[in-house]
Amino acid sequence: MIPELGEYALILAFVLALAQSVFGLGGAHLQHRSWMEALTPTAMGVWVCMAASFCCITYAFVSHDFSVAYVANNSNLALPLLYRVAAVWGAHEGSLLLWILILASWALAVALCSSTLPAAFRARVLGVLGLIAAGFLSFTIATSSPFLRLIPAALDGADLNPILQDPALAAHPPILYMGYVGTAVAFAFAVAAMLSGQMDAAWARWTRPWTVMAWLFLTIGIALGSWWAYYELGWGGWWFWDPVENASFMPWLTATALIHSLAVTEAKGLFKSWTLLLAIFAFSLSLLGTFLVRSGVLVSVHAFASDPSRGLFILGLLLFFIVGSLVLYAVRASALKTNTGFALVSRESFLLLNNALLVAAAALILTGTLWPLFMDAFNLGKISVGPPYFNLVFLIPTLPLIALLGVGMHAGWTRAMLSSKRNALIGIAGGAALVAAFVALGCYDSAQLLTIVGFTAGFFVIGSSTWFVLHRLLTKQHLTRAAFGMALAHAGVGVLVIGVTGVSAYKVEKDLSLAPGEKAQIADYSFEYMGARPVAGPNYDAIEGRVVIRKHDMLVDELTTQKRTFRAQHQPMTQAGISVGWSRDLFVALGEDLGAGKWSMRIQYKPLVRFIWLGALIMALGGLIAVMDRRYRSVAKGA
Amino acid sequence: MKWRYSIPALLFLGLGGIFYFTLTKIGRGTLDVREIPSPLIGKAAPHFALPSLLEPSDLIDSNVWRGQSYLLNVWGSWCEGCKEEHSTLIALARVAGVPLIGMAWKDDHASARAMLTELGNPYSVVVADDAGRVAIDFGVYGAPETFLISADGIILAKHVGVMSDTVWRSTFAPKITNGASR
Repeated sequence: MIPELGEYALILAFVLALAQSVFGLGGAHLQHRSWMEALTPTAMGVWVCMAASFCCITYAFVSHDFSVAYVANNSNLALPLLYRVAAVWGAHEGSLLLWILILASWALAVALCSSTLPAAFRARVLGVLGLIAAGFLSFTIATSSPFLRLIPAALDGADLNPILQDPALAAHPPILYMGYVGTAVAFAFAVAAMLSGQMDAAWARWTRPWTVMAWLFLTIGIALGSWWAYYELGWGGWWFWDPVENASFMPWLTATALIHSLAVTEAKGLFKSWTLLLAIFAFSLSLLGTFLVRSGVLVSVHAFASDPSRGLFILGLLLFFIVGSLVLYAVRASALKTNTGFALVSRESFLLLNNALLVAAAALILTGTLWPLFMDAFNLGKISVGPPYFNLVFLIPTLPLIALLGVGMHAGWTRAMLSSKRNALIGIAGGAALVAAFVALGCYDSAQLLTIVGFTAGFFVIGSSTWFVLHRLLTKQHLTRAAFGMALAHAGVGVLVIGVTGVSAYKVEKDLSLAPGEKAQIADYSFEYMGARPVAGPNYDAIEGRVVIRKHDMLVDELTTQKRTFRAQHQPMTQAGISVGWSRDLFVALGEDLGAGKWSMRIQYKPLVRFIWLGALIMALGGLIAVMDRRYRSVAKGA
Repeated sequence: MKWRYSIPALLFLGLGGIFYFTLTKIGRGTLDVREIPSPLIGKAAPHFALPSLLEPSDLIDSNVWRGQSYLLNVWGSWCEGCKEEHSTLIALARVAGVPLIGMAWKDDHASARAMLTELGNPYSVVVADDAGRVAIDFGVYGAPETFLISADGIILAKHVGVMSDTVWRSTFAPKITNGASR
C-alpha cells in the first residue's frame, strides 16, 4: 500500500511539475498574472509530493519491505538503521528520487525567496525548473521507479553495497546532489534572462547568491567523497581521477568560473554572453555527469548498474535541455552588444584569465574522461586515461591560476593601480618563498622544484588573502561580508594547495608482510604489528589487526584495521586504521592473510593530508559568508 | 546572427551523436565497455595444484590437461552472477567438446557443494582456491570469469561476467575449433 502511495505521489509530482512549467513559461509569455501567481503553491505542491514519495521509499527500507524490488536489492535484515535510510540513495532508482527531491527543494527556495524579482522573470525561472523536474520525473516513472513490487517477496534482501556502508558516504550523495542540482538554478536564471532578453547586470546579481550556494555544496560534497575514498577504499589516495569523480569536478570548475564571471557581469556589465554560456555549461556538465553515471557508457567504481534504454532516455533529456538552451544562446547572445573597455592590468583582465584557465582545466578533464569512450566506440582500441595524464594536464592551467589568484584579488576594476601594492605583494611572495623553503628543507629535509613552487604558491595565496583583509581593516575601509568571504575562500585554496603539495612530495607508502611482533620503520615512526583476531559486526565478520606506533620509543597511537567480509554479498572491504594529526596522518590497512599469522599490510605516512579537506571546508565557509552579504539580502527584501 | 555563437550548440550536438552511437552499440551487444582485454591472452596459463572440492584429499595438478584444451570457470556459491550462468554452463558442458573445470574461488566448501547438488554440476572437475592465490595468477578480479586454455597451455579466450550463448558463440566457439587443429 505505502509503495503504491509513493508511486502515486511521484505521478502527481510529475503533473504538478508540468503545470509549474506551463504556468511559468506560458504565464510569462502570455502575461497571465493569475498563472504566475499560482507558481508558489505549485512549486510547494511538487515539493510535498516528492517529499511524500521519498518518505514512502524510506519507510519501505526502514520497515524491511522486501516485496519492493528496490528494497530487496539494496537492503538486508541485518543492515543497521542509519544505512537502511542511506540505502534509499544507494542505487540508481532511489538516488534519482533524491535528485528530483533536491531539485524541487531548490525550486521551492527560489519561489519563496524571489518575490522581489520582476514577475515575468521569476515565472520563467520557475518554469524552467519545473520543466527540468518534469523531464526527470518522466524518466523515473518510465524507466526507473523504485516502487516496483517483487512477487513473491524476498525473505531477505541482497544488502546494500558494502562500499556504501559508511557515515561519510551516507552524507556524500545528498550534499553533492545539492551542488549538482543547484547548478540548475543558475541555468534557469540564464535561460529566463535569454527568453526575456533582459541580459543585463541585474540577472547577474540575482544569480550570484544561488550560484555560490550551489558551489559551496558541490565543494563540500566533493571533499566528503575524497575523504571517504581516502579511508574507506583502503588505498590511502585522496583523488583518483575516476570518471565519476571527474563528472563532479568539471561542474565545480565551471561553477567556480561562473562565480567569477558573474562578478564582472554584475559590477561592470561585461562578459555577458560568456557568463550566460558558463551558466549553461555548469548545468550541462552536471547533466553529463548524471548521464555518464547512469547510462552504462563508462566503467567506474561509482557507476550504477544500468541498461542502454535508460541511457537513451537520459540522452534525450540531455539533448533537449542542453541543445535547446544553446540554440537559444546562439540566437540571443549574438544580438548582445559587446562592450569593451578595461585596461590590461585590471580586475576584469585577471578574472578573464581566471575563466580561461578554469575552463581550460575543465575541458582537459572532459577530454581525458571521454577519450577512452570514443576510442572504444569507434573500435580504435581499448585505452584507459589515468592519473599520469590528468596530473600533468591539470597542473598546466592550475599553477598560473593560483599565482594569478594571489595578485588578482588586489586589482581594482577597469584600471588597477597595482603599483601601490606592488611592494607589499613582492614582500608577501618573498616571505612565502622563505616559509616554503623552511618547510621543505627544515621539516622534510628535501625539496624538488615543484614542491617549493607548490608551497610558495600556497603560502603566497594565504598571505595575500590575509593582507587583503588586514589592509582593509587598517585603512578603515569597509570590509563587506562578500569581500571577507572571498578572501577566506581564496585562503582555503592556499591551504588546499599546501596539503596537496605536502602529501604528493613526502608521502611514504609501503606494502609489507608482517608477523605478530614484527616492526616496520617508516619516516620517524615504528609500526609494530600486534596480531589479528576475528570480530563480528552487525552484518559482517572481520579480522581485526592491531598496530602500535611509536616515535623514538614514545607511544604515538594504537590503531586497529579491519578486513571485513559482508555476509550477504560475501564482499571483502578494508577498514583502514588512521592516526590523524595536523602535520601527518599515519595509515594502516590490513591486506591478505599470508598464513602462519603473517599478514600483508599497507602502511602509509601522509604528511599534511588533512589540509586538503580543511582547505575545501574553508573555501565553502568563505562562500557561505559571501552569500550572507547585505547586498544579496537587500535584493531579497526588495531594494 | 553571428555564426560563432552557434559553435557550442553544434559541438554538443556532435557529442550527443557520439553518445547515441555508443549507446546503440551497447544495446545491440556489439560493444562491451566492461570488457578489458586480458594481458594473459596468448600467454601461458599459470600452473596450479589445488585440492578437489568434491574429493578434498585429491590434489589436482593443471599439468593433467597437457595436450588437451579445457575451459576454466571461476565461480563461488556467494556470487549471484555464477548462479545466473549455471544453467548456461550445464548446457555448454554437453556441447563444448572440451572439459569444463570449475574453480571455487574463496568459497565455503559446504555451500559450494550444496550449490552443485542443488543446481547440477556442469564441471568435470572442481578445484577449490581458498586463498585466492591462483585466481590472482589468472588476473581474476570478480566472479564469474571463464578462460579457454589450449592444448599447449596457452590462454586463448577470456570472458568476465556471466557466460551467455552470444558470448560463447562469438568468443569461445571459434577458438575451440581453431585450437583443436593445433
